[in-house]
Amino acid sequence: MSAAAGDPRLAGARRAPRRRMRLSWSDPKLRTIVWQVVILGVLAAIVCYLAANTSRNLSARHIATGFGFLAQPASIPIGETLLSWTPSVDTYGRAMLIGVLNTLKVAVVGVVLATIWGTLIGIGRLSGNWLIARLTAIYVETLRDVPVLLQLLFWYTLLNALPGPRQAFHPLPGVFLSNRGIKIPLLEWQPSHIWVLLAAVVGVVLTLLWRARAARRQAMSGTRPAVWPIGLLLIAVFPVAVWAALGAPFALDVPALRGFNFRGGGTITPEYAALTLGLVVYTASYIAEIVRSGIQAVPHGQWEAAAALGLHRGFVLRHVVLPQALRVIVPPMTSQYLNLIKNSSLAIAIGYQDIVSITGTMLNQTGQSIESIALVMVVYLVFSLSISAFMNWYNAHIALVER
Amino acid sequence: MSATVPPSSDEPPAILLEHVNKWYGSIHVLRDVNLSVGRSERVVVCGPSGSGKSTMIRCINRLEAHQEGRIVVDGTELTDDLRSLDTIRREVGMVFQNFNLFPHLTILENCTLAPIWVRKMPKAEAEALAMDYLIRVRIPEQANKYPGQLSGGQQQRVAIARALCMRPKIMLFDEPTSALDPEMIKEVLDTMVGLAETGMTMVCVTHEMGFARQVADRVVFMDRGEIVESGTPAEMFGNPQTDRLKLFLSQILRGH
Amino acid sequence: MGSSTTAATAGATPARQRPSAARIGPAAWLRANLFGSWASSAATLVLLYLILRAGWSFIDWAVIRAIWQVPAGAHGPDTTICRQAQGIGACWAVVGEKYRFILFGFYPYAEQWRPALVVALFIALFIVSGVRRFWRRELALLWIATLVAIGVLMWGGVLGLSYVPQNQWGGLPITLILATFGLALAFPLAVAVALGRRATSLPAVRLLCVIYVELIRGVPLITLLFMASVMFPLFLPQGVDIDKLLRAQVAFILFAAAYLAEVVRGGLQALPKGQSEAADALGLSYWQKTRLIILPQALRLVIPPLVNTFIGFFKDTSLVLIIGIFDLMKSGTVAIAEPAWQGLSSEIYILLAVIYFAFCFSMSKYSRNLERTFGRARNR
Repeated sequence: MSAAAGDPRLAGARRAPRRRMRLSWSDPKLRTIVWQVVILGVLAAIVCYLAANTSRNLSARHIATGFGFLAQPASIPIGETLLSWTPSVDTYGRAMLIGVLNTLKVAVVGVVLATIWGTLIGIGRLSGNWLIARLTAIYVETLRDVPVLLQLLFWYTLLNALPGPRQAFHPLPGVFLSNRGIKIPLLEWQPSHIWVLLAAVVGVVLTLLWRARAARRQAMSGTRPAVWPIGLLLIAVFPVAVWAALGAPFALDVPALRGFNFRGGGTITPEYAALTLGLVVYTASYIAEIVRSGIQAVPHGQWEAAAALGLHRGFVLRHVVLPQALRVIVPPMTSQYLNLIKNSSLAIAIGYQDIVSITGTMLNQTGQSIESIALVMVVYLVFSLSISAFMNWYNAHIALVER
Repeated sequence: MSATVPPSSDEPPAILLEHVNKWYGSIHVLRDVNLSVGRSERVVVCGPSGSGKSTMIRCINRLEAHQEGRIVVDGTELTDDLRSLDTIRREVGMVFQNFNLFPHLTILENCTLAPIWVRKMPKAEAEALAMDYLIRVRIPEQANKYPGQLSGGQQQRVAIARALCMRPKIMLFDEPTSALDPEMIKEVLDTMVGLAETGMTMVCVTHEMGFARQVADRVVFMDRGEIVESGTPAEMFGNPQTDRLKLFLSQILRGH
Repeated sequence: MGSSTTAATAGATPARQRPSAARIGPAAWLRANLFGSWASSAATLVLLYLILRAGWSFIDWAVIRAIWQVPAGAHGPDTTICRQAQGIGACWAVVGEKYRFILFGFYPYAEQWRPALVVALFIALFIVSGVRRFWRRELALLWIATLVAIGVLMWGGVLGLSYVPQNQWGGLPITLILATFGLALAFPLAVAVALGRRATSLPAVRLLCVIYVELIRGVPLITLLFMASVMFPLFLPQGVDIDKLLRAQVAFILFAAAYLAEVVRGGLQALPKGQSEAADALGLSYWQKTRLIILPQALRLVIPPLVNTFIGFFKDTSLVLIIGIFDLMKSGTVAIAEPAWQGLSSEIYILLAVIYFAFCFSMSKYSRNLERTFGRARNR
């Protein structure tokens, strides 16, 4: 734009004048205002009519409005919770919070696993091995064309058909598969573990600083100091050293069969396992296609051009192909993540207590249908908006990197 | 500014632009443009890309709105008023750089669409009219094909026929040949020359200097949003006054 | 091309000389596609082992040890042998006994030819709509006529058909009705919303459309169905009550319209700006331009994604099971709730999966073919 410096069009001494409005039907501005008033008016009238009906119906059924019920004690039995829960003592508000956390528990684990599994399947579809390519293609075709609800019911039935605790499968030491769920050993938390975590965080921060320094050094001198040995040292060895220095505190809570059930250890309930498994397996079939088309979207000429510059494969993948593929992959991936979160609401069909399921119970107990449904919708909208905000930021970020 | 001088005539000009200004955001794209086009006059507008020549021609049938000054077309001033807009759009035909034929309609349907829906003409009459103009642009045999089946030159001739079917008083051409392969330019220019001979008022944005020499009554040179120079083709090409026009002409000629 | 196909699929083979006899034929194919490298060979062998093992145990369960018929007992069929074989062999007798119920629910047994005919009509409608030669205005009339005919067949009460109240409908027709009526009725709304979302001169209308689309797309369908089943009755004046299926259908239409609106908007955006300008320059009004120039082109452009969206709706109808509507899924799960048939869910789920798969797979196959033809037309 250097030539534009003398361009009188950019002088900016004069600005566009504002338009005035006339009172005539052939004035477009007036017309648009009238149109909007009419449309909004009709809608407002409909909404008022429905609202009037609703308030009349509510008063006829003696249902109070408002969110006061959230502070009342709830007698919902909740089997699976990340917070403590005492029925008939804790409030509806707390029950909803537990529901939100349960939804998040499925969503976070589901998104991570579906991404990994879907990417593997997607790469498999491009495999030179005919068998792998065919099998992954069949996987994608079949799972996409069967409703996810049916798949969830299927997995749930399958997990419930596992033998009882006494005949439980025992694939690994400390792991039991039975119709009570999956039992796994848990690490017993000890106060000194906090230092190990802190050491890991410090290691990550120092590695990032070292990387930035390496980049600066490369820009100045042309040679780049190796990053990964230092990174490995800081992120892996350092926390282990801290742990050892503290006397290596370590204890496992291993599940064991006592009578008719297991004691100790952690439990993955059949409901949670079926829901997560079903969602991962289903969503992965969509993610696979996204990954595949993303990789195929990068023209082969890019590999050739980079090879002609004398860059080696790993570098080309990291700095040339991946950024371009990600630009194609990220937007549809976002909507798949959102779909997974929305589909997690099917938990209600197999009895996992997510936000929708708990709200459903709450709705039946209190009759506060409007408030309950509105709350659920707000929760999902917050999820949706925050994921799309994050993905927009990420998109802008990789667009910048590319330039 | 010799551009404002209309050709000797008592009747009002077909197109009149007075002190027209337009901005895109803070960029001043048309700067105090004055131009008057008489009836049956043929004006060629040239200038480097980004000079505002397309914007000016698009303001004349209000595909773009100007923000200051006056534009009067065939005695109707262009304002926000929708009635005046309707009138002008009926009287002014336009031909685009990319033809903009409707790909889902046949050639004949492309031509009869506006007469039927805007002029409320009976279908048979509109089709007879359309065939008449398709004969004039020498492609009546393509009437039942779709635009995608025609060459670029043929498409542009259909676009001219489509505009003519509204029986406009004024025709605007926005770089009608710049999207065409070289071998097709002539057939479109020939059609335009034929149209000029019928006495149509024409404003044409083009870099075809041969065409300008052959048919233009006047050539207008625009640069950076303003009219820099105007005159007969002989004056403009033989004896350019400003450095900017000299530079432009040298670039154009070098390109050929 | 010709014999070079093997070399081309192998990809990795570096030399591009004339293929010798050793590089074509089944042995070469195997080497190129299954045993190209150590890793590839290992993967092939492991997968083959797994496939054969899984395939064998499935065949063992589904065919060899399967029970195809059960003897009649005092109170209905005697399913003892199925219980004994549970986990060892499939009990396909349940399909033979229950398929009428799964397909048509509680529809009067003697009248079940009517829903069967409805299903046939739906399939015929889909097939006719898939033929490109029929894509014109008359197709909309055909849709209206068929949907009316379907309503008449299901309800009856005219033309000598006995009246069947809606609460006796069930099974596959419900699934098809929800999806198809949902699509047909959501479509006009979707077009209006898509146009509204692009109406730059009407900011308030635009905002309204954006809010509608983002709100509906941001929440799960199940919350909308809950809304339909518990909130809609509150919206209506006292004494007025509409049945559950209709309420679910309304929710489904609102849901579908938001997704379709985005599909249509994609088509509108893909249209070059010159089309609209040319229509303006010819003096067409906004509505003439929209009806004659913009929509015919934009809608044609979005047919492949439209089919994909419809596949989604078809699968999503299964969610109405949760609010207790008797669709295909619900009738399937109810069929095995009966004590005699309890525990035979795998067989029924497989049956349901096959039905859903048959519909969705044929539609997605069709949409991919269409995309390919469209892509070729555009590249030309």
